[in-house]
Amino acid sequence: MRFTKKLLSGFAATAAATITFSVSAQNITGAGATFPFPIYAKWADEYKKATNVSMNYQSIGSGGGIKQIQSKTVDFGATDMPLKAEDLAKDGLVQFPAIIGGVVPVTNMDSVKPGEMKLTGPVLADIYLGKIKNWNDKAITDLNPGLKLDGPITVVRRSDGSGTTFLFVDYLSKVSPEWKSKVGVGTAVSWPEGVGGKGNEGVAQYVQRIKGSIGYVEYAYAKKNKLDYIQLKNRDGQFVAPDDTTFAAASAGADWKGTPGMGVILTDQAGAKSWPMTGASFILMHKQQAKPETGKAVLKFFDWALKNGQKSATELDYVPLPPATVSLIQAEWKKITDATGKGIY
Amino acid sequence: MSHSNSFRRQDAIFARTTQFFALLVLATLAGIIATLVIGSWQTLTQTGPKFFVSDVWDPVQNLYGGMAPLWGTVVTATIALLVGVPLSFGIAIFLTEMCPPALKRPLGTAVELLAAVPSIIYGMWGLFILTPLIASIQPTLTATLGQIPVVGVIFQGPPMGIGVLTAGLILSVMVIPFIASVMRDVFETTPAILKESAYGLGATTWEVVWNVVLPYTKAGVIGGIMLGLGRALGETMAVTFVIGNAYNISMQLFEPGNSIASSLANEFNEASDPAHMSALITLGLTLFALSFVVLSLSRWMLSSLKSKEGKRT
Amino acid sequence: MSAKDLASNPIYKRRLWVNRINMAMSFVTMAIGMAFLTWILITLFGKGFAAFGTALFTQMTPPPGAAGGLANAIFGSMMIVGAAIFIATPIGIMTGIYLAEVGQNSTVAKLTRFINDILLSAPSIVIGLFVYAVIVAQVKHYSGWAGAVALAIIAVPVVVRTTETMLLLVPNSMREAAVALGAPQWRVVTMVTLRAVKGGVVTGVLLALARISGETAPLLFTALNNQFWSADMSGPMANLPVVIFQFAMSPYEEWQQLAWGGALLITLAVLVLNILARVVFRQKTN
Repeated sequence: MRFTKKLLSGFAATAAATITFSVSAQNITGAGATFPFPIYAKWADEYKKATNVSMNYQSIGSGGGIKQIQSKTVDFGATDMPLKAEDLAKDGLVQFPAIIGGVVPVTNMDSVKPGEMKLTGPVLADIYLGKIKNWNDKAITDLNPGLKLDGPITVVRRSDGSGTTFLFVDYLSKVSPEWKSKVGVGTAVSWPEGVGGKGNEGVAQYVQRIKGSIGYVEYAYAKKNKLDYIQLKNRDGQFVAPDDTTFAAASAGADWKGTPGMGVILTDQAGAKSWPMTGASFILMHKQQAKPETGKAVLKFFDWALKNGQKSATELDYVPLPPATVSLIQAEWKKITDATGKGIY
Repeated sequence: MSHSNSFRRQDAIFARTTQFFALLVLATLAGIIATLVIGSWQTLTQTGPKFFVSDVWDPVQNLYGGMAPLWGTVVTATIALLVGVPLSFGIAIFLTEMCPPALKRPLGTAVELLAAVPSIIYGMWGLFILTPLIASIQPTLTATLGQIPVVGVIFQGPPMGIGVLTAGLILSVMVIPFIASVMRDVFETTPAILKESAYGLGATTWEVVWNVVLPYTKAGVIGGIMLGLGRALGETMAVTFVIGNAYNISMQLFEPGNSIASSLANEFNEASDPAHMSALITLGLTLFALSFVVLSLSRWMLSSLKSKEGKRT
Repeated sequence: MSAKDLASNPIYKRRLWVNRINMAMSFVTMAIGMAFLTWILITLFGKGFAAFGTALFTQMTPPPGAAGGLANAIFGSMMIVGAAIFIATPIGIMTGIYLAEVGQNSTVAKLTRFINDILLSAPSIVIGLFVYAVIVAQVKHYSGWAGAVALAIIAVPVVVRTTETMLLLVPNSMREAAVALGAPQWRVVTMVTLRAVKGGVVTGVLLALARISGETAPLLFTALNNQFWSADMSGPMANLPVVIFQFAMSPYEEWQQLAWGGALLITLAVLVLNILARVVFRQKTN
């Protein structure tokens, strides 16, 4: 009884404290890509402590982010698949990158340590096409002479639409003609093979639970959960391990300025150190804000995050955008106006 | 007599007001159906009946067919009934014929509490407890039952514990309380005189149950099973956790699959293309129609038993 | 035939054995049923208690990989479920009164009774779709209110069913006595019959509360979720079921543990509500 009483009073006290605190603060809601979810959640946590503004980000998948911003149920959408200029124009949207990260194939095999296994893009595509069904397949063992590989492969992929999937299949399409013709590219595809997990979380969960499985997740998920990531052969023929330096190498040559809507896709980039499945995550906002106050609050948040969020980005193994890109983004923000056409940034 | 006039007016207002709320319930159903039909119009008019026999679910080419989730829904519900009905029948017999009177109430309540546990709890329990268990016994099953010709194929598949069978098994636990408590209730409506007569002729308990109670309550028993089926078809959370979310039509029960409800839970929030959205709502409409028919049957069966009961006593 | 002859009769022996085996099987099924309930509860208590502590009730849902609690989700769930019950109770009771006292065997009443029974078991995810289309897509915002409406649609049939059943238990002589004293029907219903079954109606509300407390599917498309404390019902709100779903599916240990804590919390609430409903019901009917 005393326990419950204590709990109740504690609960009531915090309730009272938080209610009084949060009443005046402007709250913003965003939804979309699961790929940047850890860093947005972290930024939101820090931003809340710094300014007492709540930025509520829900990772429902990039497809969801696009849909929800189109139907205006959220203040901003997030997607890892950049929208094309004509789609942006059609829905009256502004698009800008917020963070760079990498997608990492992960495995669960007792005999293999993280980073030991080496694969090439075409072999990865064949596994996901269901053509390679066992770890002892010659195509895999040839690449990994020192490893003891055996057992059936269980393919794990996303069940929902996702930008992580987009980067993954975009890369597979670039390196495997068969993938391109049979499956194609999208935030969700018609998978020839495998179990579907919801979100990066779901895929990581399934890979942890199923022996002999292979999946793909955003790098932070792989690292945080100590999943066995693999090395991939990049465009220059080098085997590279995923980390922030190889992601940064892949994004070094990006032409942000020349690409409409800043929609640069960073998969399969040239460079000896480039990780082949690197990508930026994008934010979508309406060009004309019905509620300019909210729009302003969103921009303030990202302004703060792009300037002050580098440290936590690096901690979570993302690559923060370089200052030159940030000023390009700020120029893009000038396009966002209120109903009368007055800029709000 | 202005007194009675004003009474009459008050009563009319009272009748209208309460009727308004009853109509509100009817309007909710009409609203649900209308929303679903409007939402699925694009699919129904453009793809038509082909939607239900196509197994393609390809968001890249924007082609959608509903057969895979429909298959998964039907298969999981079938497993749920195959396992759940015998168990429920046994429990109902135990509670009505064998149970010491002092335990009747607590045990009956315990069974009903099984129905009160939220479905998400079943999902978590399925993912964290049942899945590894099934993954560990599956190789043995595949090596033994999987070798039987023809039927053996249903016991094959990857040993990961996530799949159609696991989903079906969890559903079977979830439908037990619904079916068992209806069966118990209808068994208890059997007039004592019928049972006593059979016992008087020297029948055993089992013979009384099988030859007297069951024929007498047949409609109610089927009604209870239908109620369980209705629940199993629409269950979302427990299934989503363990079914594997793959558009797959396979006889192999260890393969991952998808049910209508799990497709909706996974994809509805993020379907951005109108065709995708419409296909999902068409699935929702299908699910609603299925449950509507099954639940109507259930109610009809149960009420026919009730009217029979009225006649005999 | 003497008793001894009977015992050695093969047909009789067989019947006896069939009976014994089948009765034993029935006992076994009961045991299996109980085993599942115990198994689920033991798992829940085992894993859930580890997460119990003041932090669970005082801290917010954490970002990935950090420690925290479920305070915002508990509060959000209370708000949403409370609002849902607030909407559902009057609708349910009035409809129940109509069915038992006014409409009785009229076509409207029969149809309502039938539809109500269907809605009682209708797939809750479809109700989520409905509310998404009618509210979320129209006001262009996920909101606690949308979640509350979805839950109310699920709660109404429970209240209707119990209210009607309870009212039908009231002996007609009571109504007749009141009418004979010269009361209009609405007074008979509110002052006499409804008062006589007060406990029964409370039972219905408690059962409805138990039914919707753990509902997850309809909230996915309506209330969404919120990382922070929010008392604003017109915006996305944190709620226990969706947080449990998200956290249980995650790979982070801290999140999984919170999910178990939340699961235990919900189950305890639901079981207590159910048992309470039974106690109230029994007191009033005895």
